[in-house]
Amino acid sequence: MINLETPKKQAQLIDQAHQLAMNMLRPISRKYDRAEHEYPKELDMLAALIDGVSETGATGGAGAGGVRRDETPDKDPSKVRNGANLASVLSVAEMCWGDTALLLSMPRQGLGNSAIASVANEEQLERYKGTWAAMAITEPGIGSDSANLATTAVKDGDEYVINGEKIYVTSGDRADSVVVWATLDKELGRAAIKSFLVRKNNPGLKVERLEHKLGIRASDTAAITFTDCRVPAEDLLGSPEIDTKSGFAGAMATFDNTRPLVAAMAIGCARASLDLTRDLLEQAGVTIDYDRPAERQVAAAAKFLQLEADWEGAQLLMMQAAWMADNRKPNSLEASMAKAKAGRVGSDVTLSCVQLCGTLGYSEGELLEKWARDSKILDIFEGTQQIQQLIVARRILGLTSSELK
Amino acid sequence: MVAPRVTGTTYAPLVKGVTQSYIWLMSFLSSLRPGGRHGLSSRETRDPIGYAIAAVNRLAQSDLIDRVGLRKQTEQAVYSTTRNGFRVATAAGRTYARAGRRTAGERPANAPSRGVFDLTPTEDESMLVDVVQELAAELFRPAAAAADEACAAPAEVLAAAQEVGLPGLGVPESLGGIMEERSAMAGTLVAEALAKGDMGLAVAALSPGAVATALGLWGTDEQQQTYLPAFTGTDVPTAALTIAEPTVLFDPFELSTTALRDGDGFVLDGVKSAVVRGAEAELFVVAAMLDGTPALFLVESGTEGLEVEADPSMGLRAAALSRLHLTGVRVGAEALLGDTDGVAYTECVRLSRLAWCALAVGTGQAVLDYVKDYVNERQAFGEPISHRQSVAFMVADIAIELQAMRLLTWKAASRATRGQDFAREVALARQLCSEKGMRIGLDGVQLLGGHGFVKEHPVERWYRDLRAVGIMEGAVLV
Repeated sequence: MINLETPKKQAQLIDQAHQLAMNMLRPISRKYDRAEHEYPKELDMLAALIDGVSETGATGGAGAGGVRRDETPDKDPSKVRNGANLASVLSVAEMCWGDTALLLSMPRQGLGNSAIASVANEEQLERYKGTWAAMAITEPGIGSDSANLATTAVKDGDEYVINGEKIYVTSGDRADSVVVWATLDKELGRAAIKSFLVRKNNPGLKVERLEHKLGIRASDTAAITFTDCRVPAEDLLGSPEIDTKSGFAGAMATFDNTRPLVAAMAIGCARASLDLTRDLLEQAGVTIDYDRPAERQVAAAAKFLQLEADWEGAQLLMMQAAWMADNRKPNSLEASMAKAKAGRVGSDVTLSCVQLCGTLGYSEGELLEKWARDSKILDIFEGTQQIQQLIVARRILGLTSSELK
Repeated sequence: MVAPRVTGTTYAPLVKGVTQSYIWLMSFLSSLRPGGRHGLSSRETRDPIGYAIAAVNRLAQSDLIDRVGLRKQTEQAVYSTTRNGFRVATAAGRTYARAGRRTAGERPANAPSRGVFDLTPTEDESMLVDVVQELAAELFRPAAAAADEACAAPAEVLAAAQEVGLPGLGVPESLGGIMEERSAMAGTLVAEALAKGDMGLAVAALSPGAVATALGLWGTDEQQQTYLPAFTGTDVPTAALTIAEPTVLFDPFELSTTALRDGDGFVLDGVKSAVVRGAEAELFVVAAMLDGTPALFLVESGTEGLEVEADPSMGLRAAALSRLHLTGVRVGAEALLGDTDGVAYTECVRLSRLAWCALAVGTGQAVLDYVKDYVNERQAFGEPISHRQSVAFMVADIAIELQAMRLLTWKAASRATRGQDFAREVALARQLCSEKGMRIGLDGVQLLGGHGFVKEHPVERWYRDLRAVGIMEGAVLV
């Protein structure tokens, strides 16, 4: 039965996330935007709180690790599930309504944790429990073209030796481990790309520097080098086989799960702008009427309606992608659709809200200008707008990557 | 200065010669007044040479001379569906046997809420959609181009729609319809599936159902007993739900059409536009202001004071859009459909917008399916044009926005089915379907280049049809 409301059983969780965002993240939002690279110590308490609640099962498996595909036999395949994937995107959106950068800085909730959840085997999952994992894909020479990366991993006895340089590693300084993408054999292309978990105390790993950024300044973004960095063979995530048929699938499967999460971040960040702007407009005497034709309302109200409609579309695409994951349907196409729509809507909404609010929105006195800076990265990382369009186009048109480059 | 218009009822041969010359002169002069005629803004002025050129041009239009005097009465109906500015009386009405009491009628129950996010239609909905999809692909799509050209829906298309029970879709089972619960979701899926065949034909086929659904939702026992049996029988009346009016910045909550209380009944005056198959319609639901609040009235064709004028428009031509002129139309107290505090009317506006959203999604899907194949086949520079990102990304964006439109529409529809407030959801769906739907129509033509501009391909029709979505009020209802 078609229903696109927030699942009833997750309403309480989302409400809790909203309260956390309002009462713990918002009060320190501007502070850490200004104090870039300073560790937000308040988050340790918050993470402990979240871990505690997770233990009770009350979060429904939500969080960075909530994206793991459930492989246990289905008792009733006809039953529609609202599980950890939906709970995760909805609670991440709430937290990013509070502050996107602080959500990204949340201990033990890194994108690397989502990668582990996506591709690690059961034994690894157990072994990595409690780790805070960053994600290292991008290199100075490659961005979107991640199949062409230069970091190498060479088998040497029971170990792999990793060499290369990674940039734009979110939480790369603060996390206690890094999920690194490296190739086992450059000649074999994307099939040879594997991900490895590297502990931060590994002597071959060095954090070179932290970036100064346009937005999400509370989140540390590191450049990391790997020099003859030795990791045990069992820290290769998933299967070590180079399967040229399934190709990139292993490591890439991460993206099917992390893209809806990044969409969720854009949706949360944009809703913060919408909520405040609506309030400021109402104080200025502009109310949004849902029945009256937009062209009969003042321009600001008509613009707001357009923004809200685009936002709602992005939100529902995100929920669709997560719902499909919960119900074990392949969702690469829908995950990319959600990321593409949410990424561009995030920018349009946050920038337009600054425009609607004038110098009030532009000033650091409000958070609108910050959200307009934070949102930009969400249309870039985990696959840019253009990469998402490429994926959607190939799927829809049935074209290979050599046909549609 | 108001020029008299040609009307069907003054077509008496005796006075024809004199009257026609006068009318021709007056309408000619009035056509030269500034303000909108021939696409001129009121800021334009004509100098003496301009008037002379306009007069010569007018005389050169032989079909006008042809119209004065030579047209036979029998040709009038055909003529009036393809040319505007020509009024005739509404179709001869059928007689409905009055029955029932003036108490609240049957009301469909709200669907239950399970509280689970789900994009799977129910079994009943799936079965219905399967049937309608086939109808759309096998009958609607092949008939679409000719129907667009003729400004009329072929009888066999309408008969098939009737046969699968479309008019009874919104009618409760207890009244002979096919729905056990509120049908907004089913109606949305059906409208989407039909519009994938053709939007104009879908509107023509769904129009009687709109009136039946309105009777099912807001009718009194008497209204339901009197009219609904005809809609669930074998000879379904042509019927039209009319809200729109031909004014700029039209607002359905500030209508120009009025209903004045007159004894027990009402007197209606005004002009309605986007009236589906107006010349054939036997029953109208007319929106008019009553004591400053919009309300709905049932008006049977043939009632004195009703005139219909063909109003062929940019698209939706198969729906034979018309204007309905109401001049001192007298109806009884039993004609009021729904309440007088605007609650039923507001819901009607929202459900109608929802139906238009569903139509936009269906036509958008038609565009996507069509351009997908075209860009994969069309060769340029030695390879399919789909191998170019500028082309492929347009297709990707069509797919992304279309799915967003669909999800927003479904959300509003499912809320309506459960009896929840859906004002916000339908407003957002309408906003997105209007804006992105038009974008899809525009890009659909662009992707075919010059081939998209000619009628050999359906994309130019979809372009014209999709423009309607953000404009239309009334006509269809889920």
